[in-house]
Formats: sequence, structure tokens, C-alpha cells
Amino acid sequence: MNKTITTPLTEDVAKTLSAGDIVSITGVIYSARDAAHKRMTETLAAGGTLPFPIQDAVIYYLGPSPAREGQVIGSAGPTTSGRMDAYTPQLLEKGLRGMIGKGKRSAEVIEAMKKTKAVYFAAVGGAGALLSKHITKCEVIAYDDLGTEAIHKLYVEDFPAIVVIDCEGNNLYE
Amino acid sequence: MREISVEKVTDAVRKMCMETNYTLSADMQKVLAEAAHTEESPLGQEILAMLEKNLSIAEEEKIPICQDTGMAVVFLEIGQDVHFTGGSLAEAVNRGVALGYEEGYLRKSVVKDPLIRENTNDNTPAVIHTEIVDGDGVRITLAPKGFGSENMSKVFMLKPSDGREGVREKIVSAVKDAGPNACPPMVVGVGIGGTFEKCALLAKKALLRETGKHHPDAHIAALEEEVKNECNALGIGPAGLGGNNTVLAVHIETFATHIAGLPVAVNICCHVNRHSTVEL
Ligand code: SF4
Repeated sequence: MNKTITTPLTEDVAKTLSAGDIVSITGVIYSARDAAHKRMTETLAAGGTLPFPIQDAVIYYLGPSPAREGQVIGSAGPTTSGRMDAYTPQLLEKGLRGMIGKGKRSAEVIEAMKKTKAVYFAAVGGAGALLSKHITKCEVIAYDDLGTEAIHKLYVEDFPAIVVIDCEGNNLYE
Repeated sequence: MREISVEKVTDAVRKMCMETNYTLSADMQKVLAEAAHTEESPLGQEILAMLEKNLSIAEEEKIPICQDTGMAVVFLEIGQDVHFTGGSLAEAVNRGVALGYEEGYLRKSVVKDPLIRENTNDNTPAVIHTEIVDGDGVRITLAPKGFGSENMSKVFMLKPSDGREGVREKIVSAVKDAGPNACPPMVVGVGIGGTFEKCALLAKKALLRETGKHHPDAHIAALEEEVKNECNALGIGPAGLGGNNTVLAVHIETFATHIAGLPVAVNICCHVNRHSTVEL
């Protein structure tokens, strides 16, 4: 089914999504990949606060290529989500509601998603030029020194994704 | 003796870094178009249509096809009658990579130390494979390799008794394990024989072959076809979301091996199988 959703992604909306749904996402999402996840986890362990409001947030596992002059962002497709699995359950505990990436998730992540009612979306891997057209604004909000791995606040419009794992734990990859 | 300035190498590498990241070779575009034609799953068709559109945007607007613009793998085939002038050859290659990645707005994805993990900020060093061949020519092939698929690659040290069946089974299992992580439809490079490192290098080289072209030996060509069909029957499909196009091609390269061994390497590449070759 085709669905349009906006962020922040509330629990009520998350519950209406089922594995296999094709969605268009509009609103603010945040990029974070390996290094940013590591830092966020370290921040939490030290009792600090995360660089963006995590409640009902959607994280995009993305490290974009640099933008040319006049471009919002460079190529901007998903990276492999499984590398973030070790860090994900803690972020889900803190209120993270959606994740956009590609590839399989661990049993621990899926369990945590069921518990906290979160959704995992796939964006099409290797379609970064096309996906960049759905990003209308981009600013680095944290971990500037990480370059492509910094946290970017992204405004997306009709960003195409597919619900792979819904908050009941149904998994389209299976 | 033919003299070649290393500056020519730098320039060729610089250009190929950009070209490979904006435009897929004609053979890759052809097999992708064929996949779009044969795909049975409606979602799979939609994804393949997105990939085609992505390729045209990338080419027209010089936006990298994929944000993972890869680690640069460079193959140098150097004629034994060539003498390079003007400095170090390896430095010339790396300078070409640094220039190309900067000028082309390509992502710098290389960390200096695999454990400390600080970005080198210019995508160097490249992985350079050098081979001395007859003659006075120089052939440079550049293949930026993305790691979503590289991470799913495998080496198996099989026993001779595992034979053809064992090899077939291992290739299919590697593709199955790679699944959605490797951005299917994939190109599968396989090396059989040699030693531990030789089979891995053969697998990498197999990815450079014209896509879909079979091995000249009939029994290897038959194995390629069989494995391809078996992989496509797995149902992984485009983006791993189901369908009959899981692999675009299986390329196998072989080499003599030891009486006690049967090494097999499977180098998985995504649908963004980038490479380009120039001759100096
Ligand atoms: S596996 Fe290939 S298509 Fe997928 S993100 Fe990596 S380079 Fe891009």
C-alpha cells in the first residue's frame, strides 16, 4: 500500500505501517552512521544529551558525498544498517521511532523495535543521485569533524522508502 | 625501452575516478535494462526503474551514482620495456585518486589505520595491483569498490573432494548471505584455484570482465550459468525486496592449484559495478 507520512513519526502513525508498505516521507530526518552512533552511545554513557530530539525521530543511515556549489547535498543513498545494530537498542529505548537504511537487522534490534514500537524502512541502495532530489535542505548539526559521518539535519520531501520491519516485527526480507 | 611520464598515470587515474562514479559502463547498463525487462515482481520492477532513473540523473548532473564512491582499486599492467619517468609510480596513482575524488565531489571513505580509523580525507591510499607483462604498453584499470557489497565477500578453503558441487554450493550460499546488504541485483566475481590470496585476486578481477560474458572454457561457462540461475531462484530480488533478478552475472576465473586444495573466493559487487580501463 502507498502511504504518505510526516516526521516526527508518532507511535500512533508507526502502528499503522506494515511490512511491504511503500511510503513517502516528508519532514526532518537525521543522518547518522557508524562513527556518529559510536559518539551518541558514548554521550549517553557519560550522562550527556543527544544532539537532536530523539523522541519520535527518524534516523537515516547515510554518509553523503559532498555537494557541488548550488546543490543541497551530493549523492545520498542508504548505507548497510546492520553495522548500527550494536548501538540501536539504546536509541530505541530513548524514543527513536524510525530508521532508514538497507539490509538485515539483528534479532536484538527487532525485539527492541517491537517493544518500543519502531519501524525500519529501506531506501533503495545505490540510488543516491535520485534520492538526493528528495532532500531539500541539509545542515550539519553535530560532530562536524567526522566529515561525511557528521550528523546532518535533513529536510526531505516525498522521500521514497519501503517498510521492511514493522513495529510488530513482521519482516519483508524474510 | 619506452619512457612514460608518471604524470600521464596521474591524469588517467584522476579522470577515471570521476568517470566511473558518474557513468556505468555500457555492458552494465545493458544488463540492468535486461533485468528491468525480465523482472516479475511489481516492486522489483519499480526498483529497477528507479535505478535506471538514478543512472541518468548521475550522468547528466555529475552526481555520483552512489554516495559510497568506493575505495579505489587500481590494476596496473606494465610492459617490461617501459620506464617510468618523473617520480614514483605509486605516488602518481595516489595523486590521481586524491585529485579525482576532490575535483569530482566524491566521498572520501578511506581511514588510515584500520583500528584507529582516522579518515585520510583524500581517499588515498588506493589498493594497487601491479603486473609486469610483455611489450611496452601500460594498461590502467580503475575500479572504485563500495563496501556494502565488499563486506559480504568470502574466501573458502575447500577440500578437493568437495569438487564442483561444493564450489557451486559455496557461491550460492555467499550470495544468499549477502542478500539485501549487498544492494542486489549483484555481480558475482569468483576465483577458483591458486592459493588463498590468488583466488581472492581472481575473484576481484572477475568483476572487471564485460558483464555477462562467459568464461572461454565450456565447463566453467556452464557453472557460471548454473550458479546464476540458482541465485536468481533464491527470490532475493532488486534491493532484496523480492524478485527474480538477484544477480546480473556470475563471472568465474580459475587458476592451477595444489593437489591438496580447492580455494574459492566470492567477491560480491552491487549493481554499481564501476570500472574503466585506459591504455597509455
Ligand atoms: S553496495 Fe554498492 S550500491 Fe550499495 S551502497 Fe555500497 S556502493 Fe552503493
